[in-house]
Amino acid sequence: MILEVKNVTMKFGGVTAIDNLSFGVKSGEIFGLIGPNGAGKTTIFNIITGNYKQTAGEVFFMHELISGIKPNIIVQKGIARTFQNIRLFKSMTVLDNVLIGFHNDANYTFFESILRLPRYFSTEKRIKEAAMQILERFGIARFADYPATALSYGNQRKVEIARALATEPKLLLLDEPAAGMNPIETEDLSNIIKNIKEEYGLSILLIEHDMKFVNNMCDRVLVLDYGEEIFKGKPSDAIVDKRVIAAYLGDFTHA
Amino acid sequence: MLIEKRHFLQLFFLLVTIWFIWYAQNHLDPYTVSILNNIAIFAILALSYNLINGIAGQFSLEPNGFVAIGAYVTALFLIPGSTKLDMFALEDPAPVIMAMHSTFLPALIMSGVVAAIIAFILSVPVFRVRGDYLAIVTLGFGFIIRIFAMNNPKYTNGAMGLNDIPSVANLYWCGFIAVITFIVMINIIYSKFGRAMKAVRDDEDAATAMGVNTFWMKTYAFMTSAFFEGIGGGLMASLLTTISPDQFTFLLTFQLLIIIVLGGLGSMSGAILGTILVMGGSEWLRFLDQDMDIFGYHTGAHPGLRMVVFSILLIILMLFARKGLFGNKELTEIFKRVKK
Repeated sequence: MILEVKNVTMKFGGVTAIDNLSFGVKSGEIFGLIGPNGAGKTTIFNIITGNYKQTAGEVFFMHELISGIKPNIIVQKGIARTFQNIRLFKSMTVLDNVLIGFHNDANYTFFESILRLPRYFSTEKRIKEAAMQILERFGIARFADYPATALSYGNQRKVEIARALATEPKLLLLDEPAAGMNPIETEDLSNIIKNIKEEYGLSILLIEHDMKFVNNMCDRVLVLDYGEEIFKGKPSDAIVDKRVIAAYLGDFTHA
Repeated sequence: MLIEKRHFLQLFFLLVTIWFIWYAQNHLDPYTVSILNNIAIFAILALSYNLINGIAGQFSLEPNGFVAIGAYVTALFLIPGSTKLDMFALEDPAPVIMAMHSTFLPALIMSGVVAAIIAFILSVPVFRVRGDYLAIVTLGFGFIIRIFAMNNPKYTNGAMGLNDIPSVANLYWCGFIAVITFIVMINIIYSKFGRAMKAVRDDEDAATAMGVNTFWMKTYAFMTSAFFEGIGGGLMASLLTTISPDQFTFLLTFQLLIIIVLGGLGSMSGAILGTILVMGGSEWLRFLDQDMDIFGYHTGAHPGLRMVVFSILLIILMLFARKGLFGNKELTEIFKRVKK
């Protein structure tokens, strides 16, 4: 298990967003988190990445307790994420966006950058090459000098994932990576994600509504409804599960 | 590290600037030199203010505080002990004030260091808030410094201020320090620190999600900006030879704000252009305050007309260039875009 969520409960005032939830992501696995809107999927992400402090429970990453650690430290430990609504750095170029991911990898100091000492040049050269390599992997290297906002929606998604990859994660959290994409773009993206997973030896936890995408990608899924687990297992079993169907479409037995 | 065309261009601009500083100091009349001095000092202040406000995107209103600190530190270092004893009329100077004495360069560096240290102490409480709240908190800091200077005659000679500050600063000092400030700012911007500061400005949560420690990035920007504002204050003190707490009101901050917004928040070359336009422009418009003959019609003198016209020009400029003259791009980046 690379990631273990143990008995996590999250309350916002009187609302229980996550209720005593436990699951684990195996090393090298693509794990899907699905459920209707407001089920608490993104809340889980925010708890894992340290943006929220859970009311109760613990999160372990590679057998280490990461609850209560600052988000930027958790990134350094090897968990990177993307956002549901794309959050690129709007004033910066595509390349600079990816270079931000190398922030902690670049090890020159503030004074070395002011005085332009040799380490500045060698480090900048190294991380620029690494960033271009990632962009090439996503087929968007030719856009490197474009403003990030000038790209199409699909390509902006790719930049966001590329940026997350630049932090050299072991676990990648993708929040609705295929949202707003057409079927061809989705197909393209799922191939890329599978490839980078193999290439970088990643484990992936993803949130998605596109069931075809989930079926195609995920080894296991967890279905959430109102913060509670209603199904855990193979994606092909999830779509025929009675409780899952009831959560999405409503329960017709009492109607 | 390859030598490219842009390196020659940079060297060319540097040499032209140095030549101009030398030429102006030796050949131009004292009035023009005093305007250039003013422009150089305000360029230093605008550049450093732009780092925290434009690059790191932390809307703060504190530079008058740091300029005041810098001015007082330099002044107290430069004024000889005997003069201090004569000058401090309200209360005898504190022993630490009497002990302060040095030449100009160490005094300036001390100004910067003291301002930077205070910025560091300040950053801990100040960066707990964002946006408008940050502006209010930092505005308060400017007031605190002024009130501190007013009410501690032992250290600052109170409301009487400090006079007879040795006049060491000239255009060499102001001009070269402005050049150094510009180079330092550009070097910060085109490094991982500049990128991270811009990332904090664009989206703080996303920057955190990339592993950027946003607090330290803001603090670096704040301390660097305070350092150069302190030095700018020191230059100002030596140039004016007399300082008092009333010189460092928030009007100074607003003047800097006008400069960097006009030039484009986040553009260092914009800050330079903004300084030249605002400082030079308000001098150039001085003829409006005097008697004028328009088409043979004698208008008489209208003191203050200059500022009216100046404000209208600023408004027109801002209407046509919403994001300031250069937006958040540097001059070189704008040319790059045009070429494509």
